[in-house]
Amino acid sequence: MGSQTPLYACHVEAGARIVDFGGWDMPLHYGSQLEEHHAVRKHAGAFDVSHMTVVDLSGAGAAEFLRRLLANDVARLKEPGKALYTCMLNSAGCVIDDLITYYLAPDRYRVIVNAATREKDLAWINEQAASYAVEVAERPELAMIAVQGPEARSLAAPLIDDQWREAALALQPFYALEAGDLFIARTGYTGEDGWEIVLPAAQAPGFWRQCLAAGIRPCGLGARDTLRLEAGMNLYGADMDETISPLEAGLGWTIAWEPKNRDFIGRRPLTEMRSNPGRRKFAGLLLEGKGVLRNHQRVVVDGKDDGEITSGGFSPTMERSIAMARILAGDYETAQVEVRNRLLDVRVVDMPFVRNGKIRIDL
Amino acid sequence: MSELPGDLKYTKEHEWLRQEEDGSVTIGVTDHAQSALGDLVYVELPEVGQDVECGGDMAVVESVKAASDVYAPIGGTVIQVNEDLADDPEKINADPYGDGWIVRLQPSGDAGDAMDPDAYQAFLDELDE
Repeated sequence: MGSQTPLYACHVEAGARIVDFGGWDMPLHYGSQLEEHHAVRKHAGAFDVSHMTVVDLSGAGAAEFLRRLLANDVARLKEPGKALYTCMLNSAGCVIDDLITYYLAPDRYRVIVNAATREKDLAWINEQAASYAVEVAERPELAMIAVQGPEARSLAAPLIDDQWREAALALQPFYALEAGDLFIARTGYTGEDGWEIVLPAAQAPGFWRQCLAAGIRPCGLGARDTLRLEAGMNLYGADMDETISPLEAGLGWTIAWEPKNRDFIGRRPLTEMRSNPGRRKFAGLLLEGKGVLRNHQRVVVDGKDDGEITSGGFSPTMERSIAMARILAGDYETAQVEVRNRLLDVRVVDMPFVRNGKIRIDL
Repeated sequence: MSELPGDLKYTKEHEWLRQEEDGSVTIGVTDHAQSALGDLVYVELPEVGQDVECGGDMAVVESVKAASDVYAPIGGTVIQVNEDLADDPEKINADPYGDGWIVRLQPSGDAGDAMDPDAYQAFLDELDE
């Protein structure tokens, strides 16, 4: 038996199929992961993401510390509540984790990191923080619920206290609000609009039940994965790991190179990698025929089979198989993938495949 | 868990067989199998006329997260395949013993290790422990 979130009993009650995820017993689906996927693209779905790790940083040195720790630059966050997505790199310029950080006050930031990387992330953050005037506080007593979909915010809004509701609805994308016990962020991992809400564990089951009563469908990790894949969003551990730089994982856009004198961890090796013409590129693949692309299948370009699928799967919205892959640099529109001893044709496409309910590539 | 149809035989690979009046055998996967697989998105069927060996590859069912081989529980020649599964693979999830049938074989005699419903149920109970 693994760790359980405060919502575990709710999931069992709802008939969820429980699976292990990074040491946590989590709902894979509640009957049909395809239906849950469609519910998020068309209406609203709720995800228990309480297994993720919330870390609060406070102190006069918090900003300086984060500007060293993260490849993106928190100096860009000038208004309270503003957030950014970034990688946290090791000294080789490769990815320890990807995360979102929220600026709350000049001496307060919140960082939310992945569940599976919790221990190594905390060890790394604490180690690096030692020489800065910053306190690192993990918040294990907080749960997190994501409501995602075109109707998610309007269905969840009545559940927010009168005092905060208007401000919550006025949140712009990638901004957060401290609303009493709730922390409401207009962020997500599905490619749809919505909120991620951090709240005290004791309040989570009640809030979850209210979400469901409001017509927001409970959705599991299965749908979470097909949604993020369609949205072109990376999954740490699959699309990148400690041997991969953000440049080879399609995350070059998250690196703040300016100002040049910001010496974030990994900057030097990253700068060298930036000028390497043999660097692989990260792209989307669309399978032309029937079948499903899978992780680790080899991608063949011009007779060379050293490309690899990092995340393979099925797009319920397009009813086609799609994948993310690390492949040879260069301009080409087609390739082949080795699937069970056959070579299948794929098209190389820019991601996202789907965003805000709409298919963004030519089928 | 739904009841096991009494007129079928079952295998340890979670397939079912139905003896038809004309001597042919219809084959599918059980409710236990479809539940473990999750929503199916593709089914790869054999060709009509193809010979299959007992225990050999017969079909492939693909869910979002994994491809699973369906082995022939009995040797023979494929005389019919469920074409509906090409467009509606989820029939296997919705009705594994009926509309979700996969292949019909003319058996070549080799019956394999097919079990009665009671024996399969006991096998499932053991798996749960």
